[in-house]
Amino acid sequence: MDADVIIVGAGPAGLSAAITLRAAGLRVTLLDREAQAGGIPRHCGHYPYGLREYRRLMQGPAYAARLVAQARAAGAEIRTQTNVVALHPGPRLTVTAPGRVAGGVAGGVAELTARAVLLATGARETPRAARLIGGTKPGGILNTGALQGLVYLGGQRPFRRPVILGTELVAFSAILTCRHLGICPVAMVESGPRATARWPAALFPRLVGIPLHLETEVAEITGRDRVDGVVLRHRGTTRRLACDGVVVTGGFRPEAALLAEAHLARDAGTGGPQVDQYGRCSDPAYFAAGNLLRGVETAGACWAEGRAVARAMLRGLAGALPEGSTPLTASGDALRYAVPQRTAPGEGAALAGLQLRVNRPFRGRALVTAGGATLAHAITALPERRIILPLPSGPGPVTLRLEDAP
Amino acid sequence: MTAAHDVAVIGGGVIGCAIARRFTLDGAQVVLLEKAADILDGASKGNSAILHTGFDAPPGSLEARCIAEGYAEYLAIHARLGLPLIRAGALVIAWTEAEEALLPALMDQARANGVDDVEPLGAAATRALEPALAPGVRASFRVPREYLIDPWSAPLAYLLQAVANGAVVRRGCAVTGGAHDGTAWQLATTTGPVRARLVINAAGNHGDTLDRLLLGEQHFTIRPRKGQFVVYDKPAAALAGHILLPVPNAVTKGIVVCRTAWGNLLVGPTAEDQDDRDTATLVPATLQALQRRGEEILPALAGHEVTAIYAGLRPATEFKDYQIRAHRGGSYITVGGIRSTGLSSALGTARHVAALAALGTTARPAPVWPGVPNISEAAPRDWQCAGHGGIVCQCEMVTQREVRAALDGPLGARSLAGLKRRTRVTMGRCQGFYCTAALARLTEGRFDLAMAEAPDGR
Repeated sequence: MDADVIIVGAGPAGLSAAITLRAAGLRVTLLDREAQAGGIPRHCGHYPYGLREYRRLMQGPAYAARLVAQARAAGAEIRTQTNVVALHPGPRLTVTAPGRVAGGVAGGVAELTARAVLLATGARETPRAARLIGGTKPGGILNTGALQGLVYLGGQRPFRRPVILGTELVAFSAILTCRHLGICPVAMVESGPRATARWPAALFPRLVGIPLHLETEVAEITGRDRVDGVVLRHRGTTRRLACDGVVVTGGFRPEAALLAEAHLARDAGTGGPQVDQYGRCSDPAYFAAGNLLRGVETAGACWAEGRAVARAMLRGLAGALPEGSTPLTASGDALRYAVPQRTAPGEGAALAGLQLRVNRPFRGRALVTAGGATLAHAITALPERRIILPLPSGPGPVTLRLEDAP
Repeated sequence: MTAAHDVAVIGGGVIGCAIARRFTLDGAQVVLLEKAADILDGASKGNSAILHTGFDAPPGSLEARCIAEGYAEYLAIHARLGLPLIRAGALVIAWTEAEEALLPALMDQARANGVDDVEPLGAAATRALEPALAPGVRASFRVPREYLIDPWSAPLAYLLQAVANGAVVRRGCAVTGGAHDGTAWQLATTTGPVRARLVINAAGNHGDTLDRLLLGEQHFTIRPRKGQFVVYDKPAAALAGHILLPVPNAVTKGIVVCRTAWGNLLVGPTAEDQDDRDTATLVPATLQALQRRGEEILPALAGHEVTAIYAGLRPATEFKDYQIRAHRGGSYITVGGIRSTGLSSALGTARHVAALAALGTTARPAPVWPGVPNISEAAPRDWQCAGHGGIVCQCEMVTQREVRAALDGPLGARSLAGLKRRTRVTMGRCQGFYCTAALARLTEGRFDLAMAEAPDGR
């Protein structure tokens, strides 16, 4: 046994879980495939991070460094540049790393075992290809994550006058990232009728003089070696806008490639693993927390979720979690997904509640039924906006139904 | 005066690379000129990555002969060059009564092309072989020796073998003019003059314009035929063992569904004639139609994620057959109109061109056989071997050792696209979300066009 708990992914969820598990005296090993632990906040060189965790306003890299230091100080072993390539029952993990993998062969591939595994591999944005955006494939088309990596980790500038696609919170992070190196976005483009992120973030582009084009789509990207423009379509009319890059933002989806060939049940709605309210997967030796569960929550929410799921893991390792669970029955054509996908009969849920997203602008109510009682919640939401409802704690199956307002 | 090469090959696509190899192995001193920063930047960058038997080529055509010879030579040399061969086999599937009626004639055509192991299958037998196929299958026939290969490592390996045996490659070198002075061609290029006794036009989508530039005449006109493709993420590859082909029509082989050497599943190509020689524009409505077509063939494809989209331009002409002709007393050979089957036929086409040229050189007695690193899923990958230096591209599991090797050497990558074609970096589901920053650092100073720059004053 290489550790009591192996955590895959050393971002906010994985790190907070490691700290919690160490506090209970467990041997914890964190595996991260990047050269530095810390996850996405490593390359978000702007505010606001750390309010919930450290009661101070921090920038992403400082926040990530502090979490990593805290986990190390707590005695968690952190192995970077270590890729988990397969998950097996046991739990047992196949990994590869540049140097010697303890308990395995030198370099190449090795296997690690533990009493329990926490998956916390986070989320990534949907790239241009998966959105089927038309045009050519020149250099200069990046997700926010790639842009931040270049700007904050490498001090490099991939373009000077990009168009920013999308208006989720991360799009405003993209603007801040651009401004850090004097990159001046020429426009922000949103296909919906209003910005996805809530006020005041939605006011930000106007404050810094970036035109916001609503109900507009990028019909085509042009350029051979480098982007030289985009064709924008607004209500059936198109026009060309010169630019030298495109930042494709948001559309977060769990980074769940490991699940594709694993024995764990996966949810088609989130793309992540199916879990119960304790973050427990279909193989109860595996748990999951953070944005692997759904795209996407803030670093602070993932930190809190990692901590709560770690406490559930402690209960699980002590044999104190209820066994058996029933699927949550969810319906309504506006529903994109609901987490958790299963509920077990028991108290003290680790997840913050019943987390859902809609797949279109929605106004109506969510009906949550459990133990014969139904609670109605009024909802007005855009796609990609978070919706969290109280999760009934009573025994028996839970039903969720979305109903449009008449 | 510059010393004359025996042969100048213009164009670093799969045909040019195979020709450079053939003439080098035959003992000629070869220079290959490629106008782009890296090889495989034109028609050869986007194809369906199939090694065809040529079962559906017009019998008796030059294309059929070149495919047969190219196919045979690939089988003979792929292991020595480290190139994969995925023995998928193909099914030509009839979905309508009219298509079913065409199957016997297509099987006869296959046999006429020397592909005599085709095997007719009924609906049940077809679906037994490919359980994910939609229920509407009426019948099919199986072509057991249609294979999947790595479309980029193959031409790279051909050219690397040429270079290892003395050939010279100039990249970023566009031919701007030239004349024959009685003994040799004097070519003007953007990187200085080149002299060669024999010029071979392997300029793909620019073949006719190059002929006009150098010969003052053209014998065919290229009308590029665009092919768009949708590539699905790895789990979709489990849906199809065989290469799933439709019954072809006069214009196109039709929409293919097949696995790739990288473990994905692709659906494509379309066949769209256009005038533009360089720009293959992706059209969302067409890509969606491809997805729908893919889902009609494999209904379970519906839930799968798209990893990549791409478009290629095949150099189609007004003729159906290849256009290979010698001019100017045999000092100039045009290799044109190699549409769609170039990857399969390249080695055979090169043999045909060498025979046509009849240079009279003596074959190299003991040529070097440099292997290319395997990047396909058909053999162990570098990440499975010790000392790989860490994973750079997480989705495609490309190691730092692979990236460094691909940047170095006689044909080191000179563009991000070139590095992608040598290693698979950024080809995966995240399309660079995770590895762009690391790649920008690893490739600093290596590319003609940097991925990113340091801001002014740094």
